[in-house]
Amino acid sequence: MSTLDQTFAAITAPNNRGRVLLFGVMMASVVGAFAYTGGWLSKGKLTPARMIDAFEQVNGPHPGFRRNHAKGMGVSGYFEASGQGAKFSRAAVFKQGARATVVGRFALAGGMPYAADTEQNVRSLALSLITPDGAEWRTGMNNIPVFVVNTPEDFYALTLAGAPDPKTGKPNPENAKAFVASHPNTARALKLLKAQPPASGFDNSTYNSLNAFQLLDSAGHATPVRWAMVPETPFAPGAAPASAEHDFLFSALIRRLSQGPVRFRLILTIGQASDSTSDATIPWPADREKVDAGTLLLEHAEPEATSSARTINFDPLILPDGIVGSDDPLLSARSAAYSQSFTRRVGEPVSPSAVTGAAQ
Amino acid sequence: MNTFAWTSRVLHWLMAACVLTMLFVGAGMVASLSCYHFLLSIHRPLGIAILVLVIIRFINRQLKPPPPWLDTMSGPERVIATWSERLLYALMFALPLVGWGMLSAARYPIVLTGALHLPPILPHSAQLYTVLRKAHTVLAYLLFVTFLAHLGGVLFHALVVRDGLLRRMLWR
Repeated sequence: MSTLDQTFAAITAPNNRGRVLLFGVMMASVVGAFAYTGGWLSKGKLTPARMIDAFEQVNGPHPGFRRNHAKGMGVSGYFEASGQGAKFSRAAVFKQGARATVVGRFALAGGMPYAADTEQNVRSLALSLITPDGAEWRTGMNNIPVFVVNTPEDFYALTLAGAPDPKTGKPNPENAKAFVASHPNTARALKLLKAQPPASGFDNSTYNSLNAFQLLDSAGHATPVRWAMVPETPFAPGAAPASAEHDFLFSALIRRLSQGPVRFRLILTIGQASDSTSDATIPWPADREKVDAGTLLLEHAEPEATSSARTINFDPLILPDGIVGSDDPLLSARSAAYSQSFTRRVGEPVSPSAVTGAAQ
Repeated sequence: MNTFAWTSRVLHWLMAACVLTMLFVGAGMVASLSCYHFLLSIHRPLGIAILVLVIIRFINRQLKPPPPWLDTMSGPERVIATWSERLLYALMFALPLVGWGMLSAARYPIVLTGALHLPPILPHSAQLYTVLRKAHTVLAYLLFVTFLAHLGGVLFHALVVRDGLLRRMLWR
């Protein structure tokens, strides 16, 4: 009898049936557990891929562009620490006199890469700061005081509420209204957004981290924090003429940068135990301690075609030792969704950006 | 003594735990928004640990060859076992390197834990990233299938054939 025959005899032996069955059950369990973990058994589960699918559904296909904050322009410069942040965080970027190389990107929220600039469109500033020790800090900030939702599931639902109606080709405003009506936190956040009119340009807007983080000092002590890039250029309310050119915000920024560097101050807002770190729709009390951690100096405008910012994923959880994420569920979701968007877009052919002009 | 050397047994079970964890962490990262960051923070250091361990294990295998085949294994089964083991070694070596390379090409910092990070091993390139990112997925599924074949073979011998094959990798 060959070994193969013996094997078949072992499988078919009546007293071995239970063991063959056990073998089958064990193998099926491993495959089933793997399929469950990979999300293949839960069709309705919100995954990073489905989050990015929603953006593609709402905005249409725009290969090569970020699925959100699609219209933008690169900038470069550096950050110089004041040393005041070092009390709260051991990160090299906060040590007095520390200088970090900065690559950044100004953008408009939304997935339309060729949208016309408007005052109301949320503006963003994303930065990558690298200190000489090689540690990197990436942050994506927006010119709104709080975020409009506090969970990834709500963000997904709100995004889909803006999907074009198959009949009219335009989003049905009733969908967004219904979402706001059933989400009191969003309603409260939108009131705060309305109460803070936008500035006239990119250079005099304040960009907020929105999500909370934790600063870790050299003893490992954690301090809740939200941060903002506050412009040195004084605030001026937006007053776009009706005949504003298509890219007036970006054109103004390019002109401004050609005249000299644009400065922002990195302001850390130190949270207290009673401040929510998990809910980005809730503002912290105005009297919280503010720490001026240093100056961001943006020197050069760089069109997307040549800026290295185009192939950087501004994942908010790429943090140096001394800063960690908080319990805000949006952080991990942003990290996962940005990674999905990044992987899709860098594998696609590149189209010219709407903002092509570099500094003169 | 028809057993594996004790160094081989320790390395085998240590890596079995690492690779099984890694397969599930990897699958979870693709599917989860809320656990993504936590899983990623395990994925990178564990991947580098597997890379280091597989090099040690490869050297160990040259110094401590496996015991001879059991008579209960047929010729074709021996060929399948040999090549699935070689493929497992190759994948445990290649997957962490492809991961490291793909993070380098995307210009992601390669943070292991806290302040400990690795240097990039490839230049910043969208094309390189795209190829390596796809390769990482394809090789990971291949690793899962190869792992299944290995587990299936061993479980079958342990439960059905009952020839003491698994005992060669145990302590009793």
